Amino acid sequence: MSTVAQWQDASKRYRGVTAVEQVTLGLEAGQATALVGHNGAGKTTLIKLLLGLIRPDAGRVRIGDADPAGRGGAQARRAIGFLPESVAFHGAMTGAELMDFYARLKGASLRDNAALLERVGIADAARRRVGTYSKGMRQRLGIAQALIGAPRLLLFDEPTSGLDPASRHDVYEMIDALRGSGATVLISTHALAEVEERVDRAAIMHRGRLLAAGTLAELRHGVAAEARMRLKLRPCTTGRLLAALPAGARCVERSDAALTLQVAPAAKMATLRAVAQAGDIVEDVELAAPGLQELYAHLVGAAEQA
Amino acid sequence: MKALSIAAHEIRVGLRNRWVLATTLLMAALALSLSLLGSAPTGVVKADPLAVVVVSLASLTIFLVPLIALLLSFDAIVGEQERGTLMLLLAYPVARWQVVVGKCLGQVAILGVATVLGYGAAALALWLQGEIGVPAWQAFGAMLLTSVMLGASFVAMGCLASTLVRERATAAGLAVGVWLFFVLLYDTALLGVLVADQGRTVGKRGLDALLLLNPADVYRLFNMTASHSVSVYSGMAGPGDPAALPAPLFLAVLAAWIAAPLGLAVAAFQRRSL
Repeated sequence: MSTVAQWQDASKRYRGVTAVEQVTLGLEAGQATALVGHNGAGKTTLIKLLLGLIRPDAGRVRIGDADPAGRGGAQARRAIGFLPESVAFHGAMTGAELMDFYARLKGASLRDNAALLERVGIADAARRRVGTYSKGMRQRLGIAQALIGAPRLLLFDEPTSGLDPASRHDVYEMIDALRGSGATVLISTHALAEVEERVDRAAIMHRGRLLAAGTLAELRHGVAAEARMRLKLRPCTTGRLLAALPAGARCVERSDAALTLQVAPAAKMATLRAVAQAGDIVEDVELAAPGLQELYAHLVGAAEQA
Repeated sequence: MKALSIAAHEIRVGLRNRWVLATTLLMAALALSLSLLGSAPTGVVKADPLAVVVVSLASLTIFLVPLIALLLSFDAIVGEQERGTLMLLLAYPVARWQVVVGKCLGQVAILGVATVLGYGAAALALWLQGEIGVPAWQAFGAMLLTSVMLGASFVAMGCLASTLVRERATAAGLAVGVWLFFVLLYDTALLGVLVADQGRTVGKRGLDALLLLNPADVYRLFNMTASHSVSVYSGMAGPGDPAALPAPLFLAVLAAWIAAPLGLAVAAFQRRSL
């Protein structure tokens, strides 16, 4: 597998404040990576480094073999499509005019622009001023301009922030389609649950540091996060079951007829056996593998304590 | 090529938000009123009306063109950053110098169209009234060229102000300061120095040099003195002796007054972090 872009020990400080510290991360060709973290975790700084908008204070950043902030930077950016966080356009221009302008800057054919606007669903508004667009339409125009020239690497900075659920869904559909077409995609987000099903890998940032990176399975394995088990019981039998559970299972929620357990990976099978032996007092079992949200909370919690 | 795309975009924005229209109408209105009312003093005297108008238009230009140029350009970089469009622009395969040069080029084009159309309207009105000699046409053409150059110089200074600061309001303040300094304060201060000095340290050469340090004065000297047909009416025996400084020197100095701020603006923008 080839690496399309990478940060190597990259650090960036702004007037004494560390925005990114010694981050080493690569984007693999054809994969979708989620860049996860709170506001101010360093996600946008990483993207700016990759675009060559800022230079790292230490370490290096590469797109292919080129330094994006160096002489070949402009050429390297030709292969990138970028959707900035809360994208803005010149309100007096129409969507079609802006697409033409951006296509010229990228040296791409103007002929494909109509199809791109069609693809993101704002072909009807192409001749209207962008000032009259809704937030969702501006975001769609933002995605359309990122797709000009069929870039191999797409960077989406918070692509769904401030959008209604229907628009969010559409945005993710478009990203899914891109992934299917073989492009490398980076999505920065704090909406973990939304991207979980849509990415191959995740990189978790916290206060400028990369806490973990890898496929979701690797991340789960690496941090040994607890699985969540929901049990539906006959009324007033929860105490009996709790007494039978092994040490690795913790009760986090308890009511008359239901239990929610956090189960350490090592105790998972033992817990399931205990539940099976409890016989017909257990009416239903639901087992959820730790999601990105739980992984993130776990990693950030561990980092805070350290 | 990329710079030209950015310049073309700038012009399109200028057309869309009526900047081009407004400045052209303003220049035409002032030039026409000057040329029509201003032809009174020539009366029946056998003076070329266009030559007289060149003098009054040049005086107008010194105040108006730098102001329009600074109003156009102070927003160039800092405005894009404040609107949030700069980051996206720089994420495209364009070099930063292309952004600065392209924006300045577009704004100079807007100013150039307004000047040529506006002042051209005045010349046309005079031409319809009567004969105009070749020297007067030459002086008028030279005035148009240097007016655009003067505008370009202040566009470059406005762009420089725009790349140096973090907020639009600061850039606007700087632009006003630049205008006040070069257009209003510089000559007054210079006069004060000359009076106080009584010719002891600042000689004729010193005065020439001091005048060349202000693009507005370079423009004034060029248009009031360079052409004989005009200098007769300008009443400028010249603060400096016009024969001492050749016309190409004025043009070269004006060109330097465009290139230097533009170069500084590019350098400042290269260093600006986003």
